[in-house]
Amino acid sequence: MTGKEYRTITDVKGPLVFLNKTEPVAFGEIVTLRLSNGTIKNGQVLDTSDDLVIVQVFEGTAKIDRESGVTFMGDVFKLPVSTDLVGRILDGAGRPRDGGPEIVADEKADIIGAAINPYSRQSPNDFIQTGVSAIDLCTSLVRGQKLPIFSASGLPHNDIALQIARQAKLKDSDEEFIVVFCAMGITAEEYNFFRSDLERTGALENAVLFVNLADDPAVERIITPRLALTAAEYLAFEKDYHVLVIYTDMTNYCDALRQIGAAREEVPGRRGYPGYMYTDLAMLYERAGIIKNKKGSITQFPILTMPGDDITHPIPDLSGYITEGQIVISRELHQQGIYPPINVLPSLSRLMGSCIGEKTTREDHKSVSDQMYAAYAQGRELRGLVAIVGEDALNERDKQLLDFSGVFEDKFLRQTRDEDRSIEETLDLCWTLMSAIDTKYLVRLDQKWIDKYHPDNRA
Amino acid sequence: MNNEGVIYRISGPVVTATGMNAAMYDVVRVGHEGLMGEVIELHGEKAVIQVYEDTSGIRPGEPVLNTQETLSVSLGPGLLTQIYDGIQRPLPTLEEEMGVFITRGVDADAFDLEKIWTFEPQVAVGDEVVAGQVIGHVQETETIVHKIMVPPSVSGVVKSIESGDYNVTQTICVLDNGTEMQMMQKWPVRTPRPFQQKYAPETPLITGMRILDFLFPLAKGGAAGIPGPFGSGKTVTQQSLAKYSDAQLVVYIGCGERGNEMTEVLDEFPHLIDPNTGKPLMERTVMIANTSNMPVAAREASVYTGITIAEYFRDMGYDVALMADSTSRWAEAMREISSRLEEMPGEEGYPAYLSSRIAEFYERAGRVETLNGDDGSVTVIGAVSPPGGDISEPVSQGTLRIVKVFWGLDAGLARQRHFPAINWLNSYSLYPQSLDQWFRDNISQDFPEVRTQISGLLQIESELQEIVQLVGSDALPTDQQLTLEVARMIREYFLQQNGFHDVDAYCDIHLQYQMAKAILSFQDAAKSAMASGAVLNDVVNVPARSDLMRGRFEKGYIDVIADMVKKMTDQIAETVEEN
Ligand SMILES: Nc1ncnc2c1ncn2[C@@H]1O[C@H](COP(=O)(O)OP(=O)(O)O)[C@@H](O)[C@H]1O
Ligand SMILES: [Mg+2]
Repeated sequence: MTGKEYRTITDVKGPLVFLNKTEPVAFGEIVTLRLSNGTIKNGQVLDTSDDLVIVQVFEGTAKIDRESGVTFMGDVFKLPVSTDLVGRILDGAGRPRDGGPEIVADEKADIIGAAINPYSRQSPNDFIQTGVSAIDLCTSLVRGQKLPIFSASGLPHNDIALQIARQAKLKDSDEEFIVVFCAMGITAEEYNFFRSDLERTGALENAVLFVNLADDPAVERIITPRLALTAAEYLAFEKDYHVLVIYTDMTNYCDALRQIGAAREEVPGRRGYPGYMYTDLAMLYERAGIIKNKKGSITQFPILTMPGDDITHPIPDLSGYITEGQIVISRELHQQGIYPPINVLPSLSRLMGSCIGEKTTREDHKSVSDQMYAAYAQGRELRGLVAIVGEDALNERDKQLLDFSGVFEDKFLRQTRDEDRSIEETLDLCWTLMSAIDTKYLVRLDQKWIDKYHPDNRA
Repeated sequence: MNNEGVIYRISGPVVTATGMNAAMYDVVRVGHEGLMGEVIELHGEKAVIQVYEDTSGIRPGEPVLNTQETLSVSLGPGLLTQIYDGIQRPLPTLEEEMGVFITRGVDADAFDLEKIWTFEPQVAVGDEVVAGQVIGHVQETETIVHKIMVPPSVSGVVKSIESGDYNVTQTICVLDNGTEMQMMQKWPVRTPRPFQQKYAPETPLITGMRILDFLFPLAKGGAAGIPGPFGSGKTVTQQSLAKYSDAQLVVYIGCGERGNEMTEVLDEFPHLIDPNTGKPLMERTVMIANTSNMPVAAREASVYTGITIAEYFRDMGYDVALMADSTSRWAEAMREISSRLEEMPGEEGYPAYLSSRIAEFYERAGRVETLNGDDGSVTVIGAVSPPGGDISEPVSQGTLRIVKVFWGLDAGLARQRHFPAINWLNSYSLYPQSLDQWFRDNISQDFPEVRTQISGLLQIESELQEIVQLVGSDALPTDQQLTLEVARMIREYFLQQNGFHDVDAYCDIHLQYQMAKAILSFQDAAKSAMASGAVLNDVVNVPARSDLMRGRFEKGYIDVIADMVKKMTDQIAETVEEN
């Protein structure tokens, strides 16, 4: 039901175009704009009334003038979906970017996505082994979880995300993930890094890429993750795949949101971001999960860079309020030359409790994880004290814990980019490292696990 | 009267209609699909409507129908064990009607209107009945008798009354003035239900969490705020309260939070037993889940839906506890709607009426004399999610101005895995004075004094810690080193309580008292041993002390704790002889 072309633009402001006197236009309807030089741009209705329609233009409003023609396409934004998506690279608005054909649609799916009925969800509880010790031991990832990486500029979050994408598997299972990768405003260099890695490992054939780069239209970033998640939902809930969605960088997404808010002269919330940013982010993050009686799942791995390394900045803050934990990357560890520089102390997996233990990982997992965490936390704290009172002032216990914190970083955290440690290897490594501490100080370890796993008792 | 208008404008969840007679808070049906909405502002002949479902694809010119009703909830047998969205549509019904994704345009009855309940009359023909009076009983679940009450503002003489099996829409009582009564009634959510008078609370809501019951008790009929940054334990605390507190009924509102958390409650509760009654927990629970990605207008309504249901059960004479996780998301929903209305913003973009809305909501808590002369209460516990954990923001401040209990969650404690991560230095309860008599009468005469000693020790510890930071603990005199050990015992043995532990997650209030006394016994024994020459290190390390501390993880601790304390003090005394 493509309507007629209007030439009633009154105002253009930032990414927004204002028109008056149209036929009734639907809220959320897709719009094409034809410029006098023949260029075609796309947009979406943000506000509609008898007198005035506000359109958000994805490709930016450059060269739009009052003579530009506006056509309302009669429908909200939909993505053609089919299993043909797998192996394809699309741009930030869902058009082929790999020179391949248009996607032949099985169906067209509304990209806004409907909320999963909480009653219809199934609690995620399958442990995913990432092969990264810090994550597997301390912030275990669960299939169907949304677990972001809180990073900052110049840190190796991309390497970590890729390593996880490469290595992630259910324990004792060969079932593979399909990766849906969504780039929002990242540099061409970063993108090439992702693509060539996926190509190198053969994962590209099993991936769908949606790519909006730094020099692509900023406003388009509003829809890119929605396209990616729509593809993910189709693959997971219609086609039974286990889907891993990696999207980067959420900070660019939020900045695009802020830009639109400013153009609409909305009352800004904290640091200029819109007051509805929490809800908006939730509409993305909550599209992770598992549904009763469906085979597939969506696991989300959003990456965001914290402006100024500040975890209280609205972007990490609102994300942390929605996601099921966070993995925090530390500049300090990175500067010490440690990869992966994951700071386990502020990191958290809220779903960990349901996925570890005898039946899934190993019986001593929780106990070991608690003890490693506690010993490292205490050791780290002692570093501050030592700086003031000197190492000699420490008692025996504190000396051991202080030393342990260094070993934790050097031997436990540190691993190579292609080192894929099984959870047993990770746990055994923990026991070896903890044996440097007198057992009487290892109060969080159950005696029965000490008897069974401590190197002194295993020999 | 013209009940029909047309859409003039659509901006997200806010729709403007023209050509329709409307009053504030009228419920309307919007567009060809008949989406549910509520009139929230009138401008000349324009009515501004907040719509409870997604508005994409709706166009100006589509019809709007005014139902002339106000946003109400249905009240009657069938409420318990339900899980609703923000406007009281049962989620299982929505799943049946629209599949696993919540689409729109579907109506659903709040409960099964056909289900047959056994109605046992409590009045007879010729009796005079007044508003709120109980006319009959229905055994709704194993634990809860649902009392059928005369609706507020109705009274008269009973002309006929039924007995036996009826559904909720059949007439079970007729008055001489012709009023017919059914087991189901409706009540507008934004209007508090009436009562005779409010009483001062004097009974604690026992929660089984030591730091709450012992240090910062909440009264039945009181209100508490739990602010904290993400990951500090708001949700775990609220869920523990829903599981273990000695309220007779629980209304749990998941307001703008995670879907999986509600799923978890749904999975877990049916298998849990209420420690106070030994009956399945689900039977006393009503849940409301309007998660973060569900429509914001329905999120705004969800807290009112919840509190109205809570008041209804209060009116039957029950003690009801309501948890709202999180009130910040409710406030944000108000902010979002307000900004669409282009209202003049107050602080941080919130509407100027934010603090009065918060106050009005918490004011619906209270212990009351009901219309029928019974005693009932609604206790409200609201989680607050301050941006960046900084409670100087408007929602935290608006909440703290009105609630009498502040359980302050602390990111630092959570990071140390000290749970519940409630900061014992800045949290407070203004209730102890009114509750102390209850504690003296029911737990122990010296309960308040023991509390004072425990919190005093924690206070002293925080002062000593400042010195330790500078010089190390070895530089302190031994009596102060002992104080630090005692305080550490309070923290690790008493305040810490793993919300997921099979045994320790819930601690009987009598046991709480004995554990506190055990700490003081340790202190006394250590002091006197050290006065006779014992060494602190020996005193602290007596094996019976760690047995005592670990004992709390085993069932039946309450039966053995006295013996364990005795063993500990004996061993401490023996450390004197060793020297
Ligand atoms: N009382 C508790 N006992 C044990 N663990 C807790 C407790 N409170 C919080 N936690 C831990 O902290 C995590 C975050 O708690 P949660 O209540 O979800 O935080 P919030 O709602 O404030 O974001 C939980 O997943 C759990 O691991
Ligand atoms: Mg929470």
